[in-house]
Amino acid sequence: MSKIHVTANVNGDAVEFLASPGMTLLDALRDELSLTGTKEGCGSGDCGACSVIVDGRLVCSCLMLAAEAEGRRVQTIEGLAQGGRLHPLQEKFLEHAALQCGFCTPGLLMAAKALLEANPDPTETEARYWLAGNLCRCTGYDKILRAVLDAAAELRQARSAA
Amino acid sequence: MSQLAYIAPTDSQDAVRALSADGARPLGGGTDLLVQLRAGRAKPRAIVDLKRLPGLVGIREESGGFVIGAATSGAEIGEHPSLRTAWPGVVEAANLIGSTQVQGRATLAGNLCNASPAADSVPALVAARAVCVILGPQGRRETLVEALPVAPGRTSLQPGEFVLEFRLPPRPPRSADAYLRLIPRTEMDIAVVGAAVSLTLDADGAVSAAELALGAVAPTVLRVEAGGGALVGSRLDEAALEALATAARAACRPISDKRGTAEYRTKIAGVLARRAALIAYERAGGQR
Amino acid sequence: MSETLQRPAGKAAFEVVGTRPVRPDGADKVTGRAAYGADFDMPGQLVGKILRSPHAHARIVAIDASKAKALPGVKAVVTAADFPNLASEIVEGGESASNTRDLSLNVMARDKALYQGHAVAAVAATSVAAAQAALDAIKVTYEVLPHVTDVLEAMAEGAPLLHDDLYTEGLESRPTAPSNVSRRPVSQRGDLEAGFALAEVIVEGSYRTAAVHQGYIEPHACVAAWSENGRCEVWSSSQGQFMVRTYCAKLLGIEASDIRVVPAEIGGGFGGKTTVYLEPVALALSRASGRPVKMVMSRDEVFRATGPNPAAVIEVKLGALKDGTIVAADVKLKFQAGGFPGSPVGAAVMTALACYDIPNFLITGWDVVTNTPKTAAYRAPGAPIAALGVESAVDELALKLGLDPIAIREKNAVRDGTKASYGPVFSNIAYLDTLAAIRDSEHYKAPLGPNQGRGVAVGFWFNIGGESSAAVHLADDGSVVVMSGNPDIGGSRASMAMMAAEVLGVSVERVRPMVADTTSIGFSMLTGGSRTTFATGMAVTQAAQKVVDDLRARAALLWEVPVEMVEWRAGAAHCLDPAKADKAPMSIASLAATAGRTGGPISAQVSLNAQGAGPGFAVHLCDLEIDPETGESTIVRYTAAQDVGKAIHPSYVEGQVQGGVAQGVGWALNEEYVFDAQGQMENPGFLDYRMPVASDLPMIDAILIETAPNPNHPFGAKGVGEVPIVPPLAAVANAMRRAAGVRMTDLPLSPPKVLAALDAARS
Repeated sequence: MSKIHVTANVNGDAVEFLASPGMTLLDALRDELSLTGTKEGCGSGDCGACSVIVDGRLVCSCLMLAAEAEGRRVQTIEGLAQGGRLHPLQEKFLEHAALQCGFCTPGLLMAAKALLEANPDPTETEARYWLAGNLCRCTGYDKILRAVLDAAAELRQARSAA
Repeated sequence: MSQLAYIAPTDSQDAVRALSADGARPLGGGTDLLVQLRAGRAKPRAIVDLKRLPGLVGIREESGGFVIGAATSGAEIGEHPSLRTAWPGVVEAANLIGSTQVQGRATLAGNLCNASPAADSVPALVAARAVCVILGPQGRRETLVEALPVAPGRTSLQPGEFVLEFRLPPRPPRSADAYLRLIPRTEMDIAVVGAAVSLTLDADGAVSAAELALGAVAPTVLRVEAGGGALVGSRLDEAALEALATAARAACRPISDKRGTAEYRTKIAGVLARRAALIAYERAGGQR
Repeated sequence: MSETLQRPAGKAAFEVVGTRPVRPDGADKVTGRAAYGADFDMPGQLVGKILRSPHAHARIVAIDASKAKALPGVKAVVTAADFPNLASEIVEGGESASNTRDLSLNVMARDKALYQGHAVAAVAATSVAAAQAALDAIKVTYEVLPHVTDVLEAMAEGAPLLHDDLYTEGLESRPTAPSNVSRRPVSQRGDLEAGFALAEVIVEGSYRTAAVHQGYIEPHACVAAWSENGRCEVWSSSQGQFMVRTYCAKLLGIEASDIRVVPAEIGGGFGGKTTVYLEPVALALSRASGRPVKMVMSRDEVFRATGPNPAAVIEVKLGALKDGTIVAADVKLKFQAGGFPGSPVGAAVMTALACYDIPNFLITGWDVVTNTPKTAAYRAPGAPIAALGVESAVDELALKLGLDPIAIREKNAVRDGTKASYGPVFSNIAYLDTLAAIRDSEHYKAPLGPNQGRGVAVGFWFNIGGESSAAVHLADDGSVVVMSGNPDIGGSRASMAMMAAEVLGVSVERVRPMVADTTSIGFSMLTGGSRTTFATGMAVTQAAQKVVDDLRARAALLWEVPVEMVEWRAGAAHCLDPAKADKAPMSIASLAATAGRTGGPISAQVSLNAQGAGPGFAVHLCDLEIDPETGESTIVRYTAAQDVGKAIHPSYVEGQVQGGVAQGVGWALNEEYVFDAQGQMENPGFLDYRMPVASDLPMIDAILIETAPNPNHPFGAKGVGEVPIVPPLAAVANAMRRAAGVRMTDLPLSPPKVLAALDAARS
């Protein structure tokens, strides 16, 4: 089995690693790049815990081969906070207690980020359907939705103030 | 897994050659293939990633119709304004596949060629009379979408063949389509039943052409000609809708499995056919 | 021993307790930095994998691992032969007592595989591929036996027998032949026959639930390292590092002091991680290979091989007077235990009628083994199932008598002074207030739309106290470290910090709560039973109080006054001696800085066995809308009121309520284990094991009742984590009854079943 040399951009940094052909992007992030913030909950694309953003698209990293990341821009949870400052979504999640065990949280934050980039003013229903691919077993989603909608409002305000 | 090779050709002839080899599988979005790999249900020798081939990703308008690259993601399909206007049913069907994350990768070709009886985009494409353009060792050929799935998990593609693009025909005025599916939750489930209706109205608002296609009620997608026929000439009055539902139920050959009983599926096929017809009718500007 | 905190005179409210600060571990959780079970690696570690039985019931005739051992990269293969053959022994350690022999056999099958997925061997190798190849190369000779998965079939004459030494306990006389019923607990009061004779109306019903999984998103994972001197270390995400230590010591036949268990962050448990599956195996592999071994379950393994909640059959017969007074109740609970005895039917028997003051009742339970995975605890184990039956029956009674569903429950409600159905006399309970909160809520008055129905259900859970240890240390700048031995599943660490901050009179930001490993803190029972805020909180509070006493003593020394002349207030010592009015207050920081001169480091440890946990009562209200043509249903509104005593951190208490509701809704509508004719689970993944997604639920309104603080807890807290899952099954079923006009008794109420019931009623 020969490995494939992959070069990509992860959270703004150029990276390279060796991937076996069958390795998923999730495995590569966790095992080759030591970015363990992205989680495996099911390995079959049904829980969203492995969500990352690739070339601006929200995807399940367990459903992508590591080799497919060649030349692509990948954003993971580790890149959400910038310069020691939490992103408004992260702050609102904490403020609203939108996490309990925290395992689904990285995937949810990435999904929420992608939501607000695609639709800065979602209704509660739109947000629920967008986030349906992220399973949470602890919270019942109530506080997650409140946090996301609150962050959306704050981001809209910041944009109009700017 | 240790024998597995990954190839990402940039030339279509290289792709044909790679796919002609024994144990080669094409890769589009990977949302079915990777699940099967992980579960040990698929054990390919080579994975041929088609996404870097010219024309495989992207949507264009051509000769009044649309050409959708076989490896275009559901998300991209959902964002295309004129496609959404002309074919709301095809777009909503494609956008029902999986989660937002799956939408970021899933492709029409993958959904079709995975040949699940419950594939969401297929009934809508069949009702739309969509055509797929196939490339293979014998060159290019075109065929209606419904000719591809032959059994659960099997298509009529020959070794080395792959789908290049989908073509949607030009749309007469006062045309619209719709796709509905029944799932136990609100999202994330495989369709228990899927129903697609496409219709065209004449100047008086009566149906001049109609198509009904059903998913998840037979080993492959069903084009229900009697269903479409039941609507022609009508303004979707109760009798026409009942005839449509009857035709839908009569066409079903479902199984009972962990997602639904055969009896249930048959009943629901009738219900969804009616509801999809009403939505398509309203979209097309019809008034009952 | 516990005491209620005396609040300083003139203070009406708490400063910190009851507020909503950001949790101290929050930044790590939202940045992906927090390390869960699979996020840890040790140098040189091997990959461990388990070979699982493909048969639901089979004798293991022989295991030939010779080819596997010879494969490149394979460093160890273990089977039951590598574990001590334990005798039956009941050991405390988990949420309830466990039989360590059964636990050992469940972790690694010895003579028999009792369910499809049962571990029969394990390997450690240098890569995933090598480990998989090793599994494929192990040859197991099975003698396949007839199997049984259904609880009633397992109870019937002639059913395949799982254990030939299982004789039903709890019968009037010991049976002469073994069976699949391990025990039959009974609880009774009064005269059942006389009670039913008095009744003016009787309702009877039989209900079914399927096996459901706790559904935690994080699969089990651990890393174990056995060093050459016999000491070992385990990193694992579990609900109790001491539980892991106890069980691993027993299962491997070593001393508990030789194992150090380090708790990882845990990605959900709900009771399912109150036992061990991987840790003993990883240790055995590490011992055999001489290297650390990491093991992570796949989602498929989590479903096939970890403990779900039992499937059950519930029969309820209620007798009442026309005014709604319930005079007799006969409840039968048949629970599926899985491959080994130990379903929570005992707890179900105890909680089934706990909300009702009924003079004549008989509650009978059966713990039945079946060829399905050994059940494990799931949030208020047993109670939701019993509540489904009882609450549906009470609802039928209300309908039959034309009574308001809240009113009929108020009429029969337990209150302070009532002798509970399970024994103790209730005191300081706010069940009536909780009923009233729902009765008077805006939701209860809101009009319903077409095809909508409104369901009421109540629930109870005892909550436990138990053994906890905590330590409070002051750093020399006056900042505070709070150590405890309880994994934080839902945010309890924040509450620990808050309680310590309250006692010390400092801001919560100055307190750093830590979850310690088994060598760094005294013994603590696991996180479960809704005990952490109560019992560990009590230990934390007492330790903080000891620190305050010590600080006062240091100030007294420096001021040369008796310690009675020193008041601790707002994080500082205040001199009360009028003769020394010039003495300025000394802050915690200044006292900590001078600690070396006044007696040494300031810290305190408390170990206790907390008694007096306050039971929890909940009243739920569910509005459900059905689509009569398809059987689909939507939860359109949900309100849950709960007697919480005192919410230390209200946001996390609300979170427990909302999370429990969501799990109950999933259990009611769509979740179920589906087995085929071979006893194989057909849906071992999140695609077809359908848990609620974000679009399935509305906002869930939580009403926290704090009218009856628990006098046995320093801040009045009662356990809150488990009660929320008890009412929803019945709340949804009752709403369905009202929406559909027909009673459905076979959960989950998935669309095909609903439509079939509607059609049957229509014809």
